[in-house]
Amino acid sequence: MTQNPNYTKYHPKWYRKRMPIFWWVHKWTHAKFILRELTCLSVAFYALVLLFQIRALTQNQQAYTSFLELLKTPVSIVLHGIAFLFLLFHTVTWFNLAPKALALRLGKKRVPDQAIKALNYIAWIFLSSLIAWIMLTI
Amino acid sequence: MKRNIDPFWWGVFGAGGVISALVLPVLLFLNGLAIPLGWIGAPHYGDLLSFVKHPLARLFLFGVISLSLFHWAHRFRFTLYDGLQLKHLNELVAIICYGSATFVTLLAAYTLWSF
Repeated sequence: MTQNPNYTKYHPKWYRKRMPIFWWVHKWTHAKFILRELTCLSVAFYALVLLFQIRALTQNQQAYTSFLELLKTPVSIVLHGIAFLFLLFHTVTWFNLAPKALALRLGKKRVPDQAIKALNYIAWIFLSSLIAWIMLTI
Repeated sequence: MKRNIDPFWWGVFGAGGVISALVLPVLLFLNGLAIPLGWIGAPHYGDLLSFVKHPLARLFLFGVISLSLFHWAHRFRFTLYDGLQLKHLNELVAIICYGSATFVTLLAAYTLWSF
């Protein structure tokens, strides 16, 4: 009987060096990646604020007025300012990735990346103007 | 065989990424900065309430809130996985992320359909 000494039922685990938690701070591209991923916190933050605002609105006028007062506090303004910058970063990075995630074809030709990016920005400007117009006219 | 539902989460993540990129900046800027700082006037209570009562407005707000939260859940899960190296807690992190997004989605549905 011959035995293969190299055979093991489970593949051995290679030695892996443990990465430090802050592996991404030393290089700008890595930091940018983590900052991009962290924009999701701003997205969740604002989704929650929106929900609380709707809740206050649907309760009664007094609840809504006190919610508006809360939005005027310096803490709220600073939080919203930071969240706004992160949201803009999210929008720009998301649009930049869109052509990579979505390969659109017209006939046999692939729609150029720049065109997909441009379409995203046009949709953004259009929807933002529409929402601003609705908010200013109701 | 265990079915993998990661493609589903990825789809919801993508939809949430698109809608949050398109509409959240303007909503935050108007409601969280321009109106509180007095740059523009706030809409009257009654007008805003009757606008939000419209079924399309409710559906729009529900979609924005829910998809944004699932976008957060998926992205945050993998940020913790890659950034903080919480690989051994993968399942717990996934349950907490998608679970809280589901919970707030139900809360949003209740809030938007119960008035």
